[in-house]
Amino acid sequence: MTDSSNFLVIIALLPFLGALLPGVMIRAGRTACAWFTAFPTALALLLLLVLAPAVMRGETIHAEIEWLPQLGLTASFMLDGLSLLFAGMILGIGLLITLYARFYLSGNDPMGVFFTYLLLFQGAMLGIVLSDNILLLLIFWELTSLSSFLLIGFWSHLPEGRQGARMALAVTGAGGLAMIGGMLILGDIAGSYKISEILQAGDAIRASDWYIPALILILLGAFTKSAQFPFHFWLPHAMAAPTPVSAYLHSATMVKAGVFLMARMWPALAGTDAWFYIVATTGLVTMVIGALIALFKDDLKALLAFSTVSHLGLLTMLLGIGTPFAAVVAVFHIINHLTFKAALFMTAGIIDHETGTRDINRLGGLRRLMPVTFVIGTIAALSMAGIPLFNGFLSKEMMLDAAHDTTWAGNPLIVAVLATVGALLSVAYSLRFIWHVFFGPVRDDYPSKPHDPPFGMWAGPAFLATLVVVIGIVPAAIVGPLVAVAGGAVIGDAEMPYYSLKIWHGVNAALFMSIIAVVGGLVFLALHGGLNRIWNALPRPEAKAIFDWIVAQVAALSRRVTEASHNGSISRYLAILIVASVALGAVAFGGSGLATPSREMLPVSLPVLAGWLMLIVATGSIVVMHHHRFRALVLIGIIGLMISFGFVFLSAPDLALTQISVETVTIMLLLLALHFMPKSTPRESSGLLKLRDGVIAIAAGGGVGALAYAFMLRDVDTISGYHLENSYTGGGGTNVVNVILVDFRGYDTYGEIIVLGIAGFVIYALMDTLLNGPAARRLRNTDYAQNRSRDRHPLMMVVATRVMMPIAVMVGVYIFLRGHNQPGGGFVAGLVISIALLMQYMASGFAWTQNRQRVEYHALIGIGALVAGLTGAAAWLYNSPFLTSLYGYVELPPIEEFGIGTAFLFDLGVFMTVLGAVMLMLYSLSRIARYAGEPINVDPMDYDPKQAIVDEKGEV
Amino acid sequence: MELIVASAVGVLTAGGVYLVLRLRSFPVILGLALLSYAVNVFLFASGRLAINMPPVLQKYGEASYTDPLPQALVLTAIVISFGMTAVLVMIALGAFFEAETDEINMDDPAPAGDEDRA
Repeated sequence: MTDSSNFLVIIALLPFLGALLPGVMIRAGRTACAWFTAFPTALALLLLLVLAPAVMRGETIHAEIEWLPQLGLTASFMLDGLSLLFAGMILGIGLLITLYARFYLSGNDPMGVFFTYLLLFQGAMLGIVLSDNILLLLIFWELTSLSSFLLIGFWSHLPEGRQGARMALAVTGAGGLAMIGGMLILGDIAGSYKISEILQAGDAIRASDWYIPALILILLGAFTKSAQFPFHFWLPHAMAAPTPVSAYLHSATMVKAGVFLMARMWPALAGTDAWFYIVATTGLVTMVIGALIALFKDDLKALLAFSTVSHLGLLTMLLGIGTPFAAVVAVFHIINHLTFKAALFMTAGIIDHETGTRDINRLGGLRRLMPVTFVIGTIAALSMAGIPLFNGFLSKEMMLDAAHDTTWAGNPLIVAVLATVGALLSVAYSLRFIWHVFFGPVRDDYPSKPHDPPFGMWAGPAFLATLVVVIGIVPAAIVGPLVAVAGGAVIGDAEMPYYSLKIWHGVNAALFMSIIAVVGGLVFLALHGGLNRIWNALPRPEAKAIFDWIVAQVAALSRRVTEASHNGSISRYLAILIVASVALGAVAFGGSGLATPSREMLPVSLPVLAGWLMLIVATGSIVVMHHHRFRALVLIGIIGLMISFGFVFLSAPDLALTQISVETVTIMLLLLALHFMPKSTPRESSGLLKLRDGVIAIAAGGGVGALAYAFMLRDVDTISGYHLENSYTGGGGTNVVNVILVDFRGYDTYGEIIVLGIAGFVIYALMDTLLNGPAARRLRNTDYAQNRSRDRHPLMMVVATRVMMPIAVMVGVYIFLRGHNQPGGGFVAGLVISIALLMQYMASGFAWTQNRQRVEYHALIGIGALVAGLTGAAAWLYNSPFLTSLYGYVELPPIEEFGIGTAFLFDLGVFMTVLGAVMLMLYSLSRIARYAGEPINVDPMDYDPKQAIVDEKGEV
Repeated sequence: MELIVASAVGVLTAGGVYLVLRLRSFPVILGLALLSYAVNVFLFASGRLAINMPPVLQKYGEASYTDPLPQALVLTAIVISFGMTAVLVMIALGAFFEAETDEINMDDPAPAGDEDRA
């Protein structure tokens, strides 16, 4: 990758990396915390400026890191004019907001947390505008929803904060879900998830049958994010956030994401009737409604919130009109709206901060008390009103021009008239902001004594207000190139329309519309008192109430569904699961018919038939007499044994060894468990229930059996040829099964021993919790001593197990050593040695054996996993992938040649983990016995003949 | 031979499913044990059956071998299913000690109401 590409990736990562800093730096003080928030932002901005000249020359910078190429998901970024504009806004305003928030937040607010959220949000926004892959964009899109949730709900002690955050998350999250669907359809039509390729495929997309569904789903995402009618209601409620958040989210970032998306997708989606009627109409309606509500809001932030809704509607309408001219105007207005709206939000925050209220009715006369704030606020508000010499005027004129040329359903006037109405209302609420806050008499009942804030707090808005004026006077020199390159990126391959960024366009329709708007706005302001009374008397739907009602209904519905389906009957869930599996299997089975069998059946010999018969009879008997639990265990043992024989017969000696040793420990485990549980199962199933379960069981068994039968008679392509060929030459062993376990599929085995180890720890932890709870008391009070043999540790057994111990260990070691070449290996060896140890437990009792244990089983599991892991990691030293094996041979003459290599060490790890896990499981169960009042035996056996002889002598 | 193995798998599955649907924890554990036998044999059989062809390479002469891969998979599956059974047993024991009953269903639903729903 080139330097520019690297820079691009770094820009995208910086906010996320930077998010680690504020939480730590807050310990060094609030100022340090703010500095370290500003640092990554400033660095990213600097890198962006380094890349800017190339983009301004018309280049597009790409960077790509492969991530999941199979899914078309690559971490690919691009920087074109539009991305540059947005990234600059996000980072630039981010810096100003950091400065502002440093002074705005009080000492009680956790500033480190705030700045962490802010940087996370900044990173998510930056990701959206820099993504060159729609899947990646979707991820960042969801991240903005999540991080804005944290920011909006930052004052989580306020109910409005929590509710506003939830509402924002619900609305934008739902829209995001719809958008995922739309984007996937879009990617499918275009044949690529890369934005740059999708934009090239505009004609194919618009011609596709799936265009309308994709368009609607994507627009749902954009409209919810950008608070378009009827999803506009979340934005005012999000005003419960601290003002720096509102200023950031609702001027430069969050709500502009939807606008950005429409601009980004403009070459691919725009230009159709559907686009025009959905987007332009929604934008127009939102613009008028937002402006109308804003006029009657008394809360400064609510007024600004609805004016933001209105201006977002304006932008949406411009993009929806679909002409290149309107799109370029939209880009210009994005810049202008950013400057005046961020300044206004910060001004509102200053007023709130200094006077203690945001209620317009309690303000007025601040002109004299807060002169600096007054100048900044007035400039920004006049720009919002669209008064000449300020930048808002320029884009408003161009907007009116575009609206004037637009025909809606054959009617040439309707868009122009509504746009003028919107502009008129905009003038009215902007002037009201100035008039009712700053003018009028000085009052003496402000909640606190107003004065201008410290420099740090007004520096940001002052900078923006300067921009408002400078752009307003010499637009072409300041933002002309940026508008050209960003507008060019929006309209794609379309020809650049003629437009000029200047104050005086001559006497034209837009000028008259503008004059009407200003005059009308003044009239509205003059009549505001009366209009306000009428407005308040009119009935109107309360969005929050409707939203809450919908949420309550959905919650009630899901509770009903959950309670109906999840009623605490495990048997029922299992039955549903099994029936569904059988039904799906039957559908799949009956689908396309079967190929003709290609394999001959193998012959059956008499012993096999006998074993089969025993297995069938044993299974049937368990079903019939499972009420007698001990008997059922014996039968389980028979089944396991028969299966082991089957493995021997069918060329699977390793499996046979494993099965028979697992069988032994399983039976011991179940016997131990049964010691504490009822010895029989009550007969409580009704006949009908048995019949139902029988039918399900036979269907399931029949299905599985038929499936097995069907595939066993047909050949299959297998990858095992590779394993057979390379087992000796590549893995150094002749037992292919073992080589697969420790070499070819060593990583799987590594995972499996870890799972086994975790299972051991889980059991230990469960037992420990149990023995510290009420169950322990119950255990102590339970009398398990009935029917117990008086000779619990018989002499014969003790002696026999002692004799067998070394033999069993030797067999275990032998099986382990030969495992690579002959049937055996770490798994089986671990199990065999566990059995040898378990026999000691059984013969001499738990306590006696426990006293002689030297190594903790927990440690054994850990060491085993560590040995296996380190063996694998050692391959890194040789620049090979994890678990690449090395091997050589050692000849031990009396036994046989065995390989010594890394696989051997790995198998040792497997062995230790298996041994540790199995022993820990059974040990945990045995420990319960101690609580149940099991007497502690200090002697290895109950009746020691040697002792008896001593006693006799003593007596004599 | 194939028929023998397939029928064994089928019978084990049927027995396992029946026991899994019982109302007490111990039979359910037994049922899961039977099901894991069935699943292991089923997986093993996916490598197709072979007699006297263990996948242990012979030094001398040509020999044919059965498919080793399913065997390796089943080998670990056997050990893991033991671990799973052990965890289940422990959970069942814990539930029994805490609740003083080994019923697996909560009291609310009447067992009689079960049939018509399923």
